[in-house]
Amino acid sequence: MSEEMITVNMTVNGEAVSKTIPVRTHLVDFIRTELGFTGSHLGCEHGVCGACSVRVDGDVVRGCLLLAAQADGCEVLTIEGITDTGEISDLQEKFVERNALQCGYCTPGMLMTAAELLAQKTEMSRDDIREYMSGNYCRCTGYHAIVDAIESINNERLGG
Amino acid sequence: MKAPKFSYVRADSVEHALELLDKHGDDARILAGGQSLMPTLNMRLSQPEILIDINRLNELKGISLDGDTVVIGALTRHVEVLNSDIVSAHLPLVTEAMPYVAHVAIRNRGTIGGSIALSDPAAEMPACALALGATLVVQNSGGKREIPAEQFFHGLYETARAENELLVEIRFPSQKKDNVSVFMELSRRHGDYAIAGICAYGKVTGETIDDMRLVYFASEDRPVIGEHAIAALNGHAWSEETKDAVSAALENDLDPMANLNGSAAMKLHLQKVLTGRAMDTAVSRAGGTL
Repeated sequence: MSEEMITVNMTVNGEAVSKTIPVRTHLVDFIRTELGFTGSHLGCEHGVCGACSVRVDGDVVRGCLLLAAQADGCEVLTIEGITDTGEISDLQEKFVERNALQCGYCTPGMLMTAAELLAQKTEMSRDDIREYMSGNYCRCTGYHAIVDAIESINNERLGG
Repeated sequence: MKAPKFSYVRADSVEHALELLDKHGDDARILAGGQSLMPTLNMRLSQPEILIDINRLNELKGISLDGDTVVIGALTRHVEVLNSDIVSAHLPLVTEAMPYVAHVAIRNRGTIGGSIALSDPAAEMPACALALGATLVVQNSGGKREIPAEQFFHGLYETARAENELLVEIRFPSQKKDNVSVFMELSRRHGDYAIAGICAYGKVTGETIDDMRLVYFASEDRPVIGEHAIAALNGHAWSEETKDAVSAALENDLDPMANLNGSAAMKLHLQKVLTGRAMDTAVSRAGGTL
């Protein structure tokens, strides 16, 4: 079977892009190899680890389980874009302060999922946070510091 | 890994999708939420010739109340079902089950129709559909037909849906006023595939189980109604004796599949444990004391 190509148009981190790519390219391969945003990582590439989490039309999704062709016409935000907007700058600082990352491979995905958690603007216990973050693997930290960082920013934001 | 080569067509109407299914048959796969299909492609466990992307078919999305029936479009995403006031008011079993469906990012994309049409044995929605007596509406280019959930799930990833049919709608009877429902499952990590799971739905008066349906999933090749367990349960007061009788009867209903998550014996044990916990909870939810 020959490689079927498709032209996709979307907005990635605020910039309109148009590329012709193989239809089988998933969104994170597209973002990394065609656009050069290498903040979104590929761990398992079958939806288990969460390292590839990106935001599509406002919702966090697995970037490895969405074809770039499916995101045609969508607004895509990666860790680079969300860093630029400053939406989670407090959380990013807290991750450093609490040592919530070691090798850093899972961190962009953790932050993308945590950004959606914070956007709920609801009180969350540590158990709630663990459940919310349960789709993101970290093989270094043991999660405790990650939950610490998210918990303190969620509480700070609700208190402020 | 990377997906193998395939063709990709974005359906612009249900009719368009059905035409493509007629033309390609089993060489085609419907791409709905893609949260199970894409992993199999990335791992090259499946190699369809063509993907029919139905994600833009807004007519397949939405939740509405039609008399005593909750109608959910097949393309409605899990997150929408989870957050629906109609669902929480009329299908509390589904609302209780939904947080167990994978993780946030997957619920944002995955669809209720995709889950039911795929019929993964560990999936929550097929079990809920069977427990609540839902009707699955499938459509081909000739028209629609309705399939009761009792006749829909045939086996491991096998359903009554023909290869030229699209699941378009799930019709759930609203929970009856006097009924209670309980959903429970056990998995290694929250959101992972269940090792054992149960849906209990029915009527409890005081401590007496009047009319309860028990559906087991994850341990079998498809969701299964625990007929023998139900016979040992209905009409009895919930007690240690009843629990023992139901546990013994359950051995005639289940034939668990052993896998990496556990042996058949362990899964049977877990289903018995869940049965006990689910009925404790059902009695308590019905207002009885234990």
